[in-house]
Amino acid sequence: MADWSALVKLLNSVQAHSTAGGKAWLSVLFIFRILILGTAVESAWGDEQSFFKCNTQQPGCQNVCYDKSFPISHVRLWVLQIIFVSTPTLLFLAHVFYTMRKEEKDGQADDGNKNHQVSETRKVKMKGAIRYTYIVSIFCKSVLEVVFLVIQWYIYGFSLSAVYICERLPCPHQVDCFLSRPTEKTIFIIFMLVVALVSLLLNIIELLYVVYKWIMGRVKSIQNQSPTDQQFLVLIENQKDEQSRCKSSRQGRVAHVPSLSI
Amino acid sequence: MGDWSALGKLLDKVQAYSTAGGKVWLSVLFIFRILVLGTAVESAWGDEQSAFKCNTLQPGCENVCYDKSFPISHVRFWVLQIIFVSMPTLLYLSHIVFLMHKEEKLNKKEEKLRDIQSKGEDVDVLLRKIEIKKFKYGLEDRGKIKMRGGIFYTYIMSIVLKSIFEVVFLLIQWHLYGFTLSAVYTCQKFPCPHKVDCFLSRPTEKTVFIIFMLVVSLVSLALNVFEFFYVILKRMKDQIRESAKNFESACNIKPCPRNLSSYGYYNDCSAPAPVPNLGYNLDTGDKSNSSDNYDKQANEQNWTNYSTEQNQLGQTQRFPYPEKVTLGKDLLLLKELEPRPSSRASSRARPDDLDI
Repeated sequence: MADWSALVKLLNSVQAHSTAGGKAWLSVLFIFRILILGTAVESAWGDEQSFFKCNTQQPGCQNVCYDKSFPISHVRLWVLQIIFVSTPTLLFLAHVFYTMRKEEKDGQADDGNKNHQVSETRKVKMKGAIRYTYIVSIFCKSVLEVVFLVIQWYIYGFSLSAVYICERLPCPHQVDCFLSRPTEKTIFIIFMLVVALVSLLLNIIELLYVVYKWIMGRVKSIQNQSPTDQQFLVLIENQKDEQSRCKSSRQGRVAHVPSLSI
Repeated sequence: MGDWSALGKLLDKVQAYSTAGGKVWLSVLFIFRILVLGTAVESAWGDEQSAFKCNTLQPGCENVCYDKSFPISHVRFWVLQIIFVSMPTLLYLSHIVFLMHKEEKLNKKEEKLRDIQSKGEDVDVLLRKIEIKKFKYGLEDRGKIKMRGGIFYTYIMSIVLKSIFEVVFLLIQWHLYGFTLSAVYTCQKFPCPHKVDCFLSRPTEKTVFIIFMLVVSLVSLALNVFEFFYVILKRMKDQIRESAKNFESACNIKPCPRNLSSYGYYNDCSAPAPVPNLGYNLDTGDKSNSSDNYDKQANEQNWTNYSTEQNQLGQTQRFPYPEKVTLGKDLLLLKELEPRPSSRASSRARPDDLDI
């Protein structure tokens, strides 16, 4: 296929600002969708029209029957699907960059001597508007996935039969038309369907996770604002105390010899 | 063929965290599979359908016969095989990324603690705890990760999965096509009016490449199996060496028989019996932190302690540990400093650990 590198480059820069779930989704997108599309699917569908044969000598009949059977080729449908499903992520990226620039400008206003280098690796905290954008983008991605799956199901179902019956001008009568490689294409249709469902699932999980974290964060912020040194120490010690308590209760199972102690 | 660079980039990242065997496997994957697929195999199979000719004029007959003979083309099949076989490695990579993330968090905590320390507070205990946690995850100063605990199991699991996928794909291929292609296929399917002979293009060349890819799969499989055993043996060796070391250091007071199990230790050897959990730590040195281990050892430890108690009651004799009090006290001090039970004797990196 043509060059996916532009999209790949953009999506790579999102990686740094994503959660773990977002990175998993991106990896699934790159490897199981874009890579498969560019390698296997392209060549499997390569001769789809040249090998679409109808049992007729009528000129033009083959063309119209192919057009009727495949309003849009699967390959192009998947390309559109990938692009649409990546778009919300790109909008999120745009917002992140906008926020980074704004923060830089604010920082510059505060201290003119600061050395400003746009560091791509500097993370923008996920709070406030950024968080909303992220949640909205995940939601949109899920909706678009579902929409494309429904469209695909409506047009083709999820399998391809070897024979299509077609009656359309200028075909003089009902003709049988034969696809090329219907079984192989069915295998890849099912594969892409499974990958789309996996992506959808990842989106849903991430949405729930981000919302959960948001709620937890609000609960915590009500309890304590940014801790001082002492509070920080206490926090850590409490964590450790909890851990050692848990572990010592496990240890309790080891030593049923309360009398044996120095 | 298409662009394998996305997969290539990800697999490159794993290279840094693989053993030597893993790196060889990755190289085999890149050169003998992906490269060959993209160059030679693609062009050999390029005209597979256009040059598939059947001895019939019936429209559509060629299509269905081709479809029947080749439910999935070899090329696509190998693409799927490569992708599925690379998947477990990517899972291993994600575990590593997760560990790096943890390391970042721990580093931040450590920084903050050192900050506080420079202001004069005594945070040694907490700093040591962070050190120990880092050791538990196998995180080293130079940013590498030692293969212990969770990451070791992930690596083993990924090797096992890779081998399983290889075998599964080989079986599928054998079931569909065997490992040769004949020049003639007979086919009878609607709309072919009768049995027809169909002829492939380049069957011999394709057979050569099928056998080539088969051999490469078998080599990859062999590499996986070899690495599996290598990693396990190395880990066992390290464990034995470490527990022997701990054994020796604990047995300085009284010489202990070499072949003691962890339970015999309590009956015959020196001090830590009164501090059972700590002696437990020293003795079981480098075992992983899984709670299963603790339960099992807890169980057996209980039996030992129970039988010891019974002996005591029978003999009305004090258990011979008072003479070891000094050592016990030192060990107690150690115990206070370190959280149990994940503590090692120290968190320094041992040079003979399984390195990656």
